Amino acid sequence: MYRYDDIDRALVTQRVEQFRDQTRRYLAGELTEEEFRHLRLRNGLYQQRFAPMLRISVPYGLLESAQLRRMAHIVRKYDRGYAHFTTRQNMQLNWPKLEQVPDLLAELAEVQLHGIQACGNDTRNITSDYLAGVAADEHIDPRPYCELLRQYVALHPEFYWLPRKFKFGFTGAAVDRAATRTNDVAVHLVRGADGAIGYRFFVGGGLGRLPMLGQEMNPFVPESDLLRYACAILRTFNRFGRRDNIHKARIKIVLREWGPERFRAAIEEEYSKISASLEGEELLLLPQDIERVRAHFTAPAYRPLSQVGANIAGMAAADARFAAWVKRNVRAHKAPGYRVVFVSLKAPDRVPGDCTAAQFEALADICESYSFGELRSTYDQNLVLADVAERDLYELWRRLDAHELATPNIGLVTDIVSCPGLDFCSLANAGSIGVAQDIYRRFDTLDAQYEIGPIRITISGCMNGCGHHSVGHIGILGVDKHGEEWYQVTLGGSPGNDAAIGERIGRALARDEIAGGVERLIATYLELRCDEDETFIECYRRVGMAPFKARLYENESEGAEAEAAEAA
Amino acid sequence: MTVRILRRRELIEDDWTDAGATAEDAGAGGAWAAGGKLIVTLERWRSQRQALLATHAAVGVLVPNTADVEAIYPEVSGRPLLALQFPTFSDGRALSQAVLLRKRLGFEGELRAVGDVIRDLVFWLGRCGFDSIVPRQDQSLEACRQALDELTVAYQAAADDHAPVWVRRRKTAAAH
Repeated sequence: MYRYDDIDRALVTQRVEQFRDQTRRYLAGELTEEEFRHLRLRNGLYQQRFAPMLRISVPYGLLESAQLRRMAHIVRKYDRGYAHFTTRQNMQLNWPKLEQVPDLLAELAEVQLHGIQACGNDTRNITSDYLAGVAADEHIDPRPYCELLRQYVALHPEFYWLPRKFKFGFTGAAVDRAATRTNDVAVHLVRGADGAIGYRFFVGGGLGRLPMLGQEMNPFVPESDLLRYACAILRTFNRFGRRDNIHKARIKIVLREWGPERFRAAIEEEYSKISASLEGEELLLLPQDIERVRAHFTAPAYRPLSQVGANIAGMAAADARFAAWVKRNVRAHKAPGYRVVFVSLKAPDRVPGDCTAAQFEALADICESYSFGELRSTYDQNLVLADVAERDLYELWRRLDAHELATPNIGLVTDIVSCPGLDFCSLANAGSIGVAQDIYRRFDTLDAQYEIGPIRITISGCMNGCGHHSVGHIGILGVDKHGEEWYQVTLGGSPGNDAAIGERIGRALARDEIAGGVERLIATYLELRCDEDETFIECYRRVGMAPFKARLYENESEGAEAEAAEAA
Repeated sequence: MTVRILRRRELIEDDWTDAGATAEDAGAGGAWAAGGKLIVTLERWRSQRQALLATHAAVGVLVPNTADVEAIYPEVSGRPLLALQFPTFSDGRALSQAVLLRKRLGFEGELRAVGDVIRDLVFWLGRCGFDSIVPRQDQSLEACRQALDELTVAYQAAADDHAPVWVRRRKTAAAH
């Protein structure tokens, strides 16, 4: 865990006071609505449907017990007793009062939390692999590099007023668990032929309107040049990103309008100019700079196998519910005798990603007892206890279960990713939480979920795509048609190594059709799959859209099909 | 009419006449009076360079925020003043122009921010190398001056005196 020094502490503290003064001036009528909008967004504060929404950054998804306890206190004191985890590994409060937000931020700052650049046209929270440091398939821990970049982009004066939001995602493992190529910039830690560490950069990803995956810009930027290359990309974006149309302002549009060759040439030219200048000297990272930050992310003091190992199969034989949880929510760890434990935030009749004050407190105690005091938030709106001794698993499960945090559904059909939707968000066109709950109820039995196997259902309440519908195996996008909520379905999206943007299947479905429609799509898969090992996405890629489409719209008249053709 | 502005942290009466803001040719009289210090558009500077230099004590240039400052720098490198534009305070293109002018191109003259310059932009302007700020008319100059020091810590270098935090920490580590 990165620990603040005096410089970090001074920065977040001064930032709170800066925002306190801005809030005061806004409430006194000295700042216009538009001026204050830009200022509050850069502190994480959106204006939502009913109240402000405060987004709290969780850098690369890493949290510790003191922060969880503080969150329990905060959601009780300033909100309605819960917070929401997002697909960028952040936390959101839905009901803070504007005049209390400076005090709230001051309390967050005491535990290294803040809303700096959580919203607005700036560099957003950097996301990363939630299994960083513990995954067997990891070649380089990305967290030190995330932290170095976090500091570089935080309150960067040149890049504080970008054309549009700007997102970085990192991974250093074989499996991409951070949907990196859906970011404006994906950074993959790699090793060169001589074993030296470097970065493979992808640029131009982004969801929302015109979803695109990042394209490779440079296969190997040397380890010392992380900030130089980031500066080259950011400067190119700041200078040439469009500012005439908010819907065309992301860097992916520059890439599309220029074409990859011109775009790459521009970034490479800026990179070489930076590298040859005084600025390049300042931005050069020396080995000692990286080592200093890496020292914050060393492995915990793992105990020997003889003290931590256990016969999990034996433990599971005695308790079927525990066995189901082990099967779905417990994964391999690189250290002998340890396991990675997923904490599901997808309990029945709960909002996906929500966490209550009592749960925050329980998790603070639990991670102190069983996982060296740390917790991670995931891209899928769940949590991870990264370092659990095998012999603690049963006791841990009982404690999680007591707080509705042990639903054995990680990666299954009820592990639905969803934005807050129309229930909270002023941008939304349609509800998403209710849809998630309807789908959930259709597949509530564990047997049904296991039968279906791994599948990713993702729901966004509008085109902005916070629920990452474009990269769901089954993606659902809420749209407004004449004041009614309708849902467009896409199939075949994926955020991982096999990243793909889903394809639209046909006409949108009405609110009361959508859950049944998803059920028919899944029934189609179960009939068509080669065997139980073929997952939904594999099956879809083999058989294509047609059989799914035929089944989804099987009861439609010719007239409705004509309408579907028109809508497509 | 004189305009009060913020220059090198001081509130002063501006001694420049901004003809760039009114692109129309005002002729040789009025605000354009010969002998004074005049800011003109890049376009006018290109077309009337000799005449302007002959009739005015000093000539500054207003650079559009869409201009590639590296490409045009040979034309304006000797100017005592360059003015960069903020059509809205949230349009940060001129911030990159300023950093490039100061750090890459070595411009040492007066670098002026004009347009929709509000007090909450001033801190970022100072860090990017602007030493001359013409706030929007409704803004308090004194508040703008104080805003230059709104934050005293910074993680990264820009075009001011802050050293990058990773460099500062090298020194801290060496001292222990």
